[in-house]
Amino acid sequence: MKVLVPVKRVVDYNVKVRVKSDGTGVETANVKMSMNPFDEISIEEAIRLREAGIATEVIAVSCGVAACQETLRTALAIGADRAILVETDVELQPLAVAKLLKAVVDKEGPKLAIVGKQAIDDDCNQTGQMLAALLGWPQGTFANKITVEGEKLRVAREVDGGLETVILNLPAVITSDLRLNEPRYVTLPNIMKAKKKPLEIIKPDALGVDVTPRLVTLKVVEPPKRKGGLKVPDVQTLVMKLRTEAKVIE
Amino acid sequence: MSILVIADHDNNALKNATLNAVAAATKMGGDIAVLIAGGGCQAAVQAAAAIAGVTKVLVADAPQYKDALPENLAALVVGLASGFTHIVSPATAFGKTVSPRIAALLDVSQISEIIEVVSPDTFVRPIYAGSAMATVQSNEKIKVITVRATGFDAVARTGGSAAIEAVAAGADLGISTMVGRELTKSDRPELTAAKVVVSGGRGMGSGEAFKILEPLADRLGAAMGASRAAVDAGYVPNDWQVGQTGKIVAPDLYVAVGISGAIQHLAGMKDSRVIIAINKDDEAPIFEIADYGIVGDLFQIVPELVKELG
Ligand SMILES: Cc1cc2nc3c(=O)[nH]c(=O)nc-3n(C[C@H](O)[C@H](O)[C@H](O)COP(=O)(O)OP(=O)(O)OC[C@H]3O[C@@H](n4cnc5c(N)ncnc54)[C@H](O)[C@@H]3O)c2cc1C
Ligand SMILES: Nc1ncnc2c1ncn2[C@@H]1O[C@H](COP(=O)(O)O)[C@@H](O)[C@H]1O
Repeated sequence: MKVLVPVKRVVDYNVKVRVKSDGTGVETANVKMSMNPFDEISIEEAIRLREAGIATEVIAVSCGVAACQETLRTALAIGADRAILVETDVELQPLAVAKLLKAVVDKEGPKLAIVGKQAIDDDCNQTGQMLAALLGWPQGTFANKITVEGEKLRVAREVDGGLETVILNLPAVITSDLRLNEPRYVTLPNIMKAKKKPLEIIKPDALGVDVTPRLVTLKVVEPPKRKGGLKVPDVQTLVMKLRTEAKVIE
Repeated sequence: MSILVIADHDNNALKNATLNAVAAATKMGGDIAVLIAGGGCQAAVQAAAAIAGVTKVLVADAPQYKDALPENLAALVVGLASGFTHIVSPATAFGKTVSPRIAALLDVSQISEIIEVVSPDTFVRPIYAGSAMATVQSNEKIKVITVRATGFDAVARTGGSAAIEAVAAGADLGISTMVGRELTKSDRPELTAAKVVVSGGRGMGSGEAFKILEPLADRLGAAMGASRAAVDAGYVPNDWQVGQTGKIVAPDLYVAVGISGAIQHLAGMKDSRVIIAINKDDEAPIFEIADYGIVGDLFQIVPELVKELG
């Protein structure tokens, strides 16, 4: 079976994000960009399925600006077989991304889509669930372990109280959580190989999808600052302050 | 205006976050209906009818809703949606799973994890691990929203007497089944609702070492949490993770032990009222946001603290 893995280009998780002074968003010019960490986990999982002889082909898809090609090259270097960029300069919201991905699924016919649980920039946690809805497929969110069992998929999910296991009919969508696997390092020979792998570019129009944003961001501001930083010399002082100053303990 | 709140429950009791979601709904204005979809969920229905401020409880009691599978549940909600201006869910694992599916089926966008209601169509939500706050407006016909519990004080569990109305159950789509639950057992308060949280990080060094936090948690009546590093290392269960991609907590007191204070961790706890940090590295970023920092070896300080608290 073919496996589809969406990958998003985001501000690297190590970057200290700054809010623009005009309140329109965060500073992204000259900032290090990387693949959303959850998508690295998804690619790794898809490759493991291929190595196990279950997946026949791993297709990475990114939606966004031309620079997303870099993200796709990373996916190819980790081991994806080919890549698709749905190129647009429009600010994409999860519903639009889900529609684009659905169109790609309709075209490519994968039996499994492994989506990241959450993009670390918008923190939406929506796209995988939306894609599943649009396709009418079952969904296994926050996957911690997956096993293909014939025409079914067993998914252990990280939920609020612990773990839950569901069995989904294939085709299905899963969203990857942190403990699904530990992605491998990209090696130099694989980066070289990735340059020769196919990367197709298509436009939303060609997929018949309207990507116009539905939500308007009115402003973006910095969160209120905490005034911390006080250090106490010893445990006695700490407990005294907790009792008399902070009044959080009796 | 009419708001539907999708309850997170286990057929018997309501999850606390449901009460915070109702609180957010109250700020949107309009009548509030709560949906209890479950199997053998009459106890949860009674609990929902007693919530202060709820006008109506819609009940879909059928086996196909017992396990809260999102496929069946979203299909049910979509059938009910036309009468509502807002569909609100708590941003719990359950709400995060089902709500976007509802939104997509309705062809509307979702606003995730709001922490403030500015007006019935405008909301504030954190982005970039809480490094920025976005004010977002939705012109969708139905606003689909998830609510971050820490942004809204829970409404009272009692005082209401809502009308109870059965709704027709939909078909079992039969595309997913629940086969098992391994829930972490604990006598401690639930992490996201606790007044005090004691969390350990990689500095604990082992799962065994977390035992030294237990007397402290006992003394403070605290829930226990952890950083991602401690969970990844297998010291403690996954559901203890606090942070951007774990649980969001805002207790009266948060004690961070052997946690460096990465932005992804701070995202989950920096709205706590009082923060204590115990760390041997006096430059650890956690100290910048801690109200009371104490530099030293946690294996010495934690037992001392327990003793001093008496
Ligand atoms: C996509 C993504 C999502 C993430 N989501 C989360 C999340 O939800 N939650 C989260 O927590 N992290 C998350 N992280 C990870 C985060 O970036 C940090 O790696 C993590 O929080 C570090 O955990 P830590 O502070 O326990 O470990 P470290 O950073 O290794 O810190 C350990 C600390 O312990 C101290 N220490 C060691 N020994 C002792 C001792 N004997 N006494 C006192 N102090 C001691 C050290 O000085 C150090 O400060 C995420 C990362 C990514 C990429
Ligand atoms: N522009 C995009 N291109 C490709 N995949 C995306 C894009 N946006 C979101 N995704 C996928 O959806 C996941 C969750 O994103 P979100 O719903 O925005 O939190 C990401 O981890 C990606 O797998």
